[in-house]
Amino acid sequence: MEEGQETFPRLMLHHATVRPDHPATREKDLGIWQTWTWRQVADEVRALACGLASQGFRRGMHLAIIGDNRPHLYWSMLAAEALGGVPVPMYQDAPAAELVYVLNDAAIAYALVEDQEQVDKLREIAAQVPSLTHIFYDDPRGMRDYAGVMAYEALVAAGREFDRAHPEFFEAEVAKGTPDDVSAMLYTSGTTGKPKGVCQTHRAFITAARGSCEFDGLGPNDSVVSYLPMAWVGDHLFSYAQWLYAGFTINCPESGDTVMTDLREIGPTFYFAPPRVFENLLTQVIIRMEDAGAIKRWMFEHFTAVARRCGAEILDGKPVGIADRVQYAIGNVAVYGPLRNVLGMSRLRVAYTAGAAIGPDLFRFYRSIGVNLKQFYGSTETCAYVCLQPDGGVKFDTVGLPAPGVEVKIAANGEVLVKGPMLLKEYYRRPDATAESIDAAGYFHTGDAGLFDAGGHLKIIDRAKDVGKLASGAMFAPNYIENKLKFFPHIKEAVAFGDGRDQVCAFVNIDLGSVGNWAERRQLAYSGYTDLAAKPEVYALIRECVEKVNAELAAEGGLADSQVRRFLILHKELDPDDDELTRTRKVRRGFVAEKYRTLIDALYAGRKVQHIETQVKFEDGRTGLVAADLVIDDAKTFAAGDRKAA
Amino acid sequence: MTAVRTIGDVILELRNISLAFGGVKALSDISFDVREHEVRAIIGPNGAGKSSLLNVINGVYRPQQGTIVFHGVPRRDMNTHDAAAQGIARTFQNIALFRGMSVLDNIMAGRNLKMQATFLEQAIWWGRAQREELANRRKVEEVIDFLEIQHIRKTPVGRLPYGLQKRVELARALAAEPKLLLLDEPMAGMNVEEKQDMCRFVLDVNDQYGTTIVLIEHDMGVVMDISDRVVVLDYGRKIGDGTPDEVRSSQAVIDAYLGVAH
Repeated sequence: MEEGQETFPRLMLHHATVRPDHPATREKDLGIWQTWTWRQVADEVRALACGLASQGFRRGMHLAIIGDNRPHLYWSMLAAEALGGVPVPMYQDAPAAELVYVLNDAAIAYALVEDQEQVDKLREIAAQVPSLTHIFYDDPRGMRDYAGVMAYEALVAAGREFDRAHPEFFEAEVAKGTPDDVSAMLYTSGTTGKPKGVCQTHRAFITAARGSCEFDGLGPNDSVVSYLPMAWVGDHLFSYAQWLYAGFTINCPESGDTVMTDLREIGPTFYFAPPRVFENLLTQVIIRMEDAGAIKRWMFEHFTAVARRCGAEILDGKPVGIADRVQYAIGNVAVYGPLRNVLGMSRLRVAYTAGAAIGPDLFRFYRSIGVNLKQFYGSTETCAYVCLQPDGGVKFDTVGLPAPGVEVKIAANGEVLVKGPMLLKEYYRRPDATAESIDAAGYFHTGDAGLFDAGGHLKIIDRAKDVGKLASGAMFAPNYIENKLKFFPHIKEAVAFGDGRDQVCAFVNIDLGSVGNWAERRQLAYSGYTDLAAKPEVYALIRECVEKVNAELAAEGGLADSQVRRFLILHKELDPDDDELTRTRKVRRGFVAEKYRTLIDALYAGRKVQHIETQVKFEDGRTGLVAADLVIDDAKTFAAGDRKAA
Repeated sequence: MTAVRTIGDVILELRNISLAFGGVKALSDISFDVREHEVRAIIGPNGAGKSSLLNVINGVYRPQQGTIVFHGVPRRDMNTHDAAAQGIARTFQNIALFRGMSVLDNIMAGRNLKMQATFLEQAIWWGRAQREELANRRKVEEVIDFLEIQHIRKTPVGRLPYGLQKRVELARALAAEPKLLLLDEPMAGMNVEEKQDMCRFVLDVNDQYGTTIVLIEHDMGVVMDISDRVVVLDYGRKIGDGTPDEVRSSQAVIDAYLGVAH
């Protein structure tokens, strides 16, 4: 294929020609991994595209895609693109009401969804989305009595018929596509205001895929497990753009609950997960080790200590003494290797994490047992491709060097600006927002505050708009403080307040798994989250964590004023269903501050206890009330520069 | 999965069944019928004879009096093997699974009747035994998929929470591809969410496979929601029979449940 003329459908046809029998997609179905080769995928996409055309889908139209990571859904993105249409993947766990905005904004007429659950959601909001006329579904279960919707199988059958009648149609449509057509529209998570549709061209995503594949040497023999939401830009890069660029194999798990087992069976060579997943994995390992026999526990503790001492250095190829090398080699056979196997990381060459800050201990743990875990930086607007950490140059508190072809600079106010071929074409129907985020010189304003360290690595501190000032004039970076708190396994979520105030206070969500286990080992009985969160023992535990953070902040120049003076443990977990978190689980700061105004007032008024009632939404859509009397606790603070306390 | 759920002819009829254990009368002169594809509930206070009635239907107990007509063939009593061979499967009030075996093996056990291979063939897993196992495994996997228990396929049943064990038991019964499914308190001891899931599965089984279902249940909300017709027992006697609405408004039923002044 001619360089610079690539589109995703052309890349697919290219792989079907040069590696027709190479596995392109796998899915575990009825307990067995089913494989489709590139030739089969190309054949299926052709039928699907013709099927969509037979139903009136035309160039420039949008196809909503809602569901878990299923091969048919990935292929439908290709089919839509082959016709010059634009796939719009949406978050499958969003309640119906949240879909209304996005469906209307994108003027969706056609939707291909996974199953009955999604069809029901679309029918529920049909009156609010008048443009939606065609619904296709993948899984026929429970769909027998539904009228006016069409099964995937029927769509493909109609497509084969159409293909026989118009044999030149598919090739002609693919030939009409150009690299500068919009290939996909991904919605921003809406951390700030309404979600915006980010229009990305084939060229942008293919540039990002090429750059990242070459950076880490990814080729057709690599294998990834696709399990993150298809609506998220990371999945679109790792499971779609890179898949089609490199021609490797994507593996779709059987269900959301089986991902761990499926990972172990597939043994991917390339893996992405947000820090949360790495954290959960480690927590599971630790919990299981606590139940293990004495010998196993001793081995685990001994060899993880060895790994902590020298594992990461060995991975980075730095000089390490012979005694440590021998110990590490033994540990590799006895502990690290089996552990990597249990985690499904035996064949792993590269693993990435991003989306939130990762704790230094957590990060170092994985690297020390020989998992090449790295970080990157990017956003929906930049095809998740701005900075990458090179092998041997990995630090936990930076996001790496600017990626090949990307220009990064820091504005006067500390905001990170980027420029390159991977930038968005525009926000859909939002010229105002487009003009606001891309300046005259072509730089995209990321909204993140960052700086370059001495080695040229980019370090992200906070959202630029979140960085505020305390009454004393000192800098207040809430995310920075919250991340430090969240690095403790007992703390799941934290929200810090302090902009324009004389001191910093914080809300804390405990981690039910970790603190629950801690409580069980102490014979501390509790009935649920609210009860556990209110225990004085738990308060003492969290206070210890807060004070450690204070000691660290005191030791860092300029942040001593940001020490957390007072905190409380919230009576409920912050939840995207209650709009407190985004679907990607970032705190919606303003909303939380507004909703819990009484609590914030109590924190700053110096009160010891505050009563609160909160409405919560259950998974089945019903609502209920949670009421509690929350205790507010004071934490010790330290004098600036006082390192001893840490 | 092409069965269409239209309630058909009577497939099981109990005529004047009486069952006693020594001097204790468990069932007295019970008559009722079950039609094809319907969801038939049996309700009643504790000790009313509900489980005994199920045990009569699948041949665990032999009634002293009465006749059972199954698929038009009248007989004095059923026997358990016959019942299973003719497409009757059941779950139990107290879960009766092999606790040390995996979920998969437990469900495979539900396919036992469908296998022809001899003990010896199965022991060395050769020829017919191997082919049969593969074919039957496929059926089992369809059931696993249907009940959404893929993630516990290889977990020993004893390690599962109660709600999931109940689901596994339903899976084992479904693996036998029954025409008539007897469920003894499928939702007992479950929380609201688990009950909702279970209701959905029961209705899906009924809807997609066209399986006729007879269930015992204490939760009135569940019974009234999912059943086509309800039989009410009290002290071994039938005191009500009809659609949920009819049963709900029957004075005898209200008295049995709420008690009356004597």
